[in-house]
Amino acid sequence: MPRRSRGLLAFLAVGLLAGCGSSAAPSTPAATATAVPLSGSLTVLAAASLTEAFNDAEPTLQAANPGFAATFSFAGSQQLVTNVINGAPADVLATADQTTMEKLVTAGLVGTPVTFTRNRLEIAVAPANPRGIHTLADLARSDIAVVLAAPAVPAGNFAKQVLAKANVTVTPKSLELDVKTVLEKVESGDADAAIVYATDVAAAAGLVTGVVIPDAQNIVATYPIAVVKATLNAAAAAAFVTEAVSGLIQKALLKRGFLPP
Amino acid sequence: MRWGAAGRPLLGLYIPAAVAVLFILVPLVGLLAHASLADIGDALTSTAALTSLRLSLECSLLAVIVSAIVGVPLAYLLARTAMRGRRLLRGLVLLPLVLPPVVGGIALQSAFGRSTPIGGVLHSLFGVTLPFSTAGAVMAEAFVGLPFLVITVEAGLRQRDAGFEEVAATLGARPWRRFWLITMPLLAPSLTAGAALCWARALGEFGATITFAGSFPGTTETLPLAAYSAFEGSGAVSRAITLSLILLVISVSVLVGLRDRWLGTVA
Repeated sequence: MPRRSRGLLAFLAVGLLAGCGSSAAPSTPAATATAVPLSGSLTVLAAASLTEAFNDAEPTLQAANPGFAATFSFAGSQQLVTNVINGAPADVLATADQTTMEKLVTAGLVGTPVTFTRNRLEIAVAPANPRGIHTLADLARSDIAVVLAAPAVPAGNFAKQVLAKANVTVTPKSLELDVKTVLEKVESGDADAAIVYATDVAAAAGLVTGVVIPDAQNIVATYPIAVVKATLNAAAAAAFVTEAVSGLIQKALLKRGFLPP
Repeated sequence: MRWGAAGRPLLGLYIPAAVAVLFILVPLVGLLAHASLADIGDALTSTAALTSLRLSLECSLLAVIVSAIVGVPLAYLLARTAMRGRRLLRGLVLLPLVLPPVVGGIALQSAFGRSTPIGGVLHSLFGVTLPFSTAGAVMAEAFVGLPFLVITVEAGLRQRDAGFEEVAATLGARPWRRFWLITMPLLAPSLTAGAALCWARALGEFGATITFAGSFPGTTETLPLAAYSAFEGSGAVSRAITLSLILLVISVSVLVGLRDRWLGTVA
């Protein structure tokens, strides 16, 4: 039954778009609009750091919108962008920085992105911080094994900026392709420290401890979300974006420690 | 064309057979079509690509050496002795062939990661952390490559009986002398083939390496990892294609080297 209804909805959505006129670009949803309910099923590509918040939001979205189903795919934002460029079927895309999203805007593959949440970086260390890591400068110590995200990953790019601000040179042991893999290296005990989002540290409470990076050295990551132009369910995709900016998804984000847009 | 005793093959078999050939050929043609000579030139002179090529060659050759040192004796015992549980042992040796490489990587991490008992001892006594080290990448490659060497050498041993060794024994040659002077030289062709297969598999290793050893240029980022991070990391598709071509050329070379064994006429 879900498959059938999806097809029907897709048909209706296409009809709706055609009726609206020439532009295929979904308009930016007004922050207050909740007129269109979420329906059908959506494939949402989202930055790895959004894993817990989006998964939290799913059952509440479903409870509020019976019949709605979302399939999430979490990965490094740059991987998601490559997927969309290569034609991965997706309805909504949420990345962890503007740079990655801008690639798709330039390529004309997504509608106008909206900022829906913000995040800050933290140093993740083993519980109780046995190696005594208190500042970014400690990451340059030769006895500390540091793992970062690769520079093309938003978290890796931000980490680079933060280290540059603090004037610290770090030789990481490994460069991972998404922030959750970076965090896993500290969880497993193979690395002593990693630079990840504050929300990643919170999500792994008990497995890692966070060391706060002072505001003067920190950055604010702004997360954009956009409707993929090739979507067959544009109305629901736009409704999902609205939920992310100011609705149930936004609530889930705040609960997980993300900052309001 | 000559037909065998069965006569002309069924025409109906040509179409699915052609599909099978195209299925393998078309992606390779696609790879070649997207490659540009300028990109290849750039890659072959860029230090980043050369670093990962050098690392790949080092790691894979070390993996073959390690596999040969432990794999030949294992193949010998599997082929020539009537050990109890030999079938089970062979099954175990073959397991990495069918195990998804990423599972191998997670298993290696669970056994040799820094916070595991073995990994902890290595770290505290020798200061060695296998994850993030070239040794870790070699281990991951040997883990997936070893079965190829063992089964090829074992098959080589089984193909001939132990006649020469028995004659040498009746002439008074001691066991180790028989092993080195008779068994090993006769084993040379299958050892070469097994080593080549093991090497090709080690060179292409990706999943176990990235999971267990991580990815860093110069220490653990081998060619397949570099190709993957060019593709998935920075979206540098042309670089990913060039690195893939280097791997393709190496793979074709292995096949050409083994042509008498695999592509020769079936007797």
